[in-house]
Amino acid sequence: MTNSWTDIKNTDLVWIMGGNAAEAHPCGFKWVTEAKAERGAKLMVVDPRFNRSAAVADHYAPIRPGSDIAFLSGVVNYLLTNDKIHHEYVRHYTNAAYIVRDDFEFNEGLFSGYDEEKRSYDRSTWEYVMGPDGFAVRDMTLKDPRCVFQLMKKHFEIYTPEMVERVSGTPKDKFLKVAEWAASTANGERAMTIMYALGWTQHSSGAQNIRTAAMIQLLCGNIGIPGGGVNALRGHSNVQGITDVGTLTAAIPGYLALPTDKEPTLEAHLAKRTFKPLQPNQTSYWQNYPKFYVSFLKSYFGAKATKENNFGYDWLPKVDVAYDALRMFDVMHQGKTTGMLCQGFNPLMSIAYSGKTVAALSKLKFLVSMDPIETDTVRFWENHGEFNDVDTASIQTEVFMLPVTSFAEEEGSFTNSSRCIQWKWPAADPYFESRKDIDILSDLFVRIRKLYETEGGTGKDPLMAIDWSYENPLEPQPDELLRELNGKALADVTDAEGNVIRRAGEQLAGFGEMRDDGSTDGSMWIYTGVYGPKGNFAQRRDNDDPSGLGVFGNWGFSWPANRRIQYNRASADPQGKPWSEAKKYMYWDGQRWTGPDVPDYVATIPPEQATGPFIMNAEGVSRLWVRGLMADGPFPAHYEPFESPVKNPIFPAIRGNPAARVFNNDMEIFGDSSEFSIVATTYRLTEHFHFWTKNVHTNAVLQPEAIVEMSEQLAKEKGIAMGQLVRIWSNRGEVKAKAVVTKRLVPLQVDGKTVHTIGLPLHFGFIGETKKASPINSLTPPVGDANSQTPEFKAFLVDIEPVSGPVA
Amino acid sequence: MFPPIQNPTTEAVPPKFGEADLLRRSASTITPPAERQTEVAKLIDVSKCIGCKACQSACLEWNELVEEVGINTGVYDNPHDLTPNTWTLMRFTEFENTETGNLEWLIRKDGCMHCEDPGCLKACPAPGAIVQYTNGIVDFVHENCIGCGYCVKGCPFNIPRISKVDHKAYKCSLCVDRVAVGQGPACAKACPTQAIVFGTKEEMKQYAATRIEDLKSRGYANAGLYDPPGVGGTHVMYVLHHNDRPEIYAGLANNPRISPMVEAWKGLTKYAGLTAIGAFAAFGFLHHLVSGANRVSSADEEAAKRLAEGERT
Repeated sequence: MTNSWTDIKNTDLVWIMGGNAAEAHPCGFKWVTEAKAERGAKLMVVDPRFNRSAAVADHYAPIRPGSDIAFLSGVVNYLLTNDKIHHEYVRHYTNAAYIVRDDFEFNEGLFSGYDEEKRSYDRSTWEYVMGPDGFAVRDMTLKDPRCVFQLMKKHFEIYTPEMVERVSGTPKDKFLKVAEWAASTANGERAMTIMYALGWTQHSSGAQNIRTAAMIQLLCGNIGIPGGGVNALRGHSNVQGITDVGTLTAAIPGYLALPTDKEPTLEAHLAKRTFKPLQPNQTSYWQNYPKFYVSFLKSYFGAKATKENNFGYDWLPKVDVAYDALRMFDVMHQGKTTGMLCQGFNPLMSIAYSGKTVAALSKLKFLVSMDPIETDTVRFWENHGEFNDVDTASIQTEVFMLPVTSFAEEEGSFTNSSRCIQWKWPAADPYFESRKDIDILSDLFVRIRKLYETEGGTGKDPLMAIDWSYENPLEPQPDELLRELNGKALADVTDAEGNVIRRAGEQLAGFGEMRDDGSTDGSMWIYTGVYGPKGNFAQRRDNDDPSGLGVFGNWGFSWPANRRIQYNRASADPQGKPWSEAKKYMYWDGQRWTGPDVPDYVATIPPEQATGPFIMNAEGVSRLWVRGLMADGPFPAHYEPFESPVKNPIFPAIRGNPAARVFNNDMEIFGDSSEFSIVATTYRLTEHFHFWTKNVHTNAVLQPEAIVEMSEQLAKEKGIAMGQLVRIWSNRGEVKAKAVVTKRLVPLQVDGKTVHTIGLPLHFGFIGETKKASPINSLTPPVGDANSQTPEFKAFLVDIEPVSGPVA
Repeated sequence: MFPPIQNPTTEAVPPKFGEADLLRRSASTITPPAERQTEVAKLIDVSKCIGCKACQSACLEWNELVEEVGINTGVYDNPHDLTPNTWTLMRFTEFENTETGNLEWLIRKDGCMHCEDPGCLKACPAPGAIVQYTNGIVDFVHENCIGCGYCVKGCPFNIPRISKVDHKAYKCSLCVDRVAVGQGPACAKACPTQAIVFGTKEEMKQYAATRIEDLKSRGYANAGLYDPPGVGGTHVMYVLHHNDRPEIYAGLANNPRISPMVEAWKGLTKYAGLTAIGAFAAFGFLHHLVSGANRVSSADEEAAKRLAEGERT
């Protein structure tokens, strides 16, 4: 989230799309009901289904799964052609004025630099024109035909309301109401928040979905203000934390990069990421990247990381490609993986194309599951009839189950969607011999290191170099780990004038105290401050809200720097005054930046210096045009899902996202609309939490059985009655589920064709208290977003039929 | 958010009401205390409800009820009806509003309405099986229940359910055990959007008025408070967007009244019946004198215990 859960109460308009907050985030949704009840805020929901969020909405518009960019681009076009934008914000706080290189082009759905064979772009033309002074060239009048603003107008003009209706199936009047309501906030007086979740990410153009939403918010001036923002609703209590800590395979904690094999030295790695400002007087905060990186290395390798050995850079693995979950299972499927340690992970249920997952797991020599519950994955070898029809005798994988404690049985921290780190204490004692994840992994580490020590082996140096100086190496304590993430001074830290600001041995109070000379450590810069010299701020529980704006500054700690709304300098105009009294937040009081939050800015930089509010960016402003930072284009473009009921109506020659990765041999597993004419989408139900609560009796009572939701029209066409068992199959597998025939789904007219969508809740499996079912991901395609490789779970093709004759 | 809910104390506190605060007791004549306790009410704002079933789950957990895992019949309502173990149930209705052309998904939490004039209590022939406290809560006292099912007939909302295991009637108690020590019902506590709130009846009415105003401003001209006068008002009330048509909310009774049969039972029939009962009692006593007691063998006890435990756990 750019903002926070509690900030949603400040909004005037809630737009939920690509998510279903009421269904999947009922507790956070209270802030939407609060905004509605107390401020009279409106709620609009755009979704393929009239869902639980729509049930309490003021406006609902249906959409075909996988056509979000067309819809959102339609809103961008509406704002631009009707001149409903926040002019001053766009001019000063975005890169609308920047001039783009002459050789950049966009033709027939492809940007310049496309390599069809590699399915990727050479992005060198997606850059600004640089002036002789070394800064990017701008035209503040926004009139230059090559400025971002003019290019945008041209790029989006095709997304008319008629085109949105043709591509997305959304009736024009329902689309226009969304656009008009959004436009009503483009003035600094009113705010709109956009709430999304996996309904946007789980597409082959997922990252661009979110980016298009961000563009709308920037055009409306809704970033950095209370009640605004682009707000990602995270689906687990600590999935924000797990992302922060860097379980992404190409990242280290705090969104720093793991070296690639093209960066043989620390210097080479840092040079590529230490961005110099593109305008005078800009902060360009990534100039500090080396400080964060070296502090990370010092945490990792301790005293063994020295200036002479580049702080142990050589010991870090150098990645060739990203080993995301899809690739992990593709490699396993090729028989190249010996063993797998599955920690809190049920891939048979959660990874696309379960048939491939079972085949891949069957090729492992061993599988270790660390989980509080018995997962479907650890039973992948067991025949459960039609629900998991495997030949057990032919599977040689040895499976180990290590019972671990559940979240409620252990101390530690959660980081929620608001980026707020909150400490938790155990609520119950662990069962039997279950152990904490930390203890199992530490035990494993200590034993493996010992084996290498005594017996030697390839690549042993990094393992020996890791600093493991916990009080009890077998049981590192959560307190120690959070201190380590925060970091401390290893020698006295001084400021520019030479004054000591932090004594050796003291915890760091903020990442501004980090140094690149090895005098500080801290393995995750963004968390620095959570455990500073004053102790563990994650444990703070002060629910005082002095401004009344939902800024609970002494409750937990929100990264970065305990900031509750990011980019909050943008809540004031270039002169430092609030855009309006209604949206007053951070402002210049003549001496410094002040307000209820921690300024996202150097607090003493006066407005006259014209330092931009987006301090992380080298431009100092936000990016409507993302240069070469995304794999699939500097602007979004509508691409159909890989399995689509229609050809791309805008760019007919293009199938799927041209820059999305497709594995060898996987192209043929995509189904075609001639054979599979129904669009399917998967999602969660509020009664269940992923694949966990099917093991809990009460949850099983509330939603006992796999269901498929479909329109009355489709049910009639297929001869399916309410509650009847239905077979659903794609080009990859099949499942069965009970028919929920509903008015909440309607057929849409897409490019002259009637398109039906069915909905498939994902919770059900063959282990647990609920009725047995096949994994829903038996159906889904193993293709991911071009940037994040998040699988396309939200739009694919199937066919359906009743299992037996219609019931009375 | 309203109302501001403080976390209750974790210290043990004595119950704030009990036997001395009974307003009515089934099949008994009692003298209510001179002063009534402040009337309480649960307000269910249907327009804020997202149908998450947290209330259903909290009800099962707090009251230690074990419902069976059923099947899906093509709707979101699970279980499919109230049962002796399901005291509250979300009922989902897809309503096509012909005036606006919009679909509305009406989600109503069904359960005991705690009528001011409770039909169940009036119909109940078992002394003390149903009681009403002066704060308005209507509670079933299971040890006094004879499982006759008259309460089901007496209820204008079709709420009580008779257990096939112990042949006793069950329904929502408004978490009388929690309310007595200053806590709201478990469902209200669990509700994430405060669609369910609990307080004094007066407070709830005032709060409902603000909600109704909000709904009217959003175009629901007939928004209103459901507090039906036919049963003397209720201690569970709804805010409805379409208060003129409560029946579209999964058949919520429009102008509910106690069945005339029950009213008749409380009238002349009652005395005629009492005479008959007296006659049977006299016959029973004579029979006892002649034939002796009906003994239960230990095998019968074991079988009953097995049956009870097997089905309840």
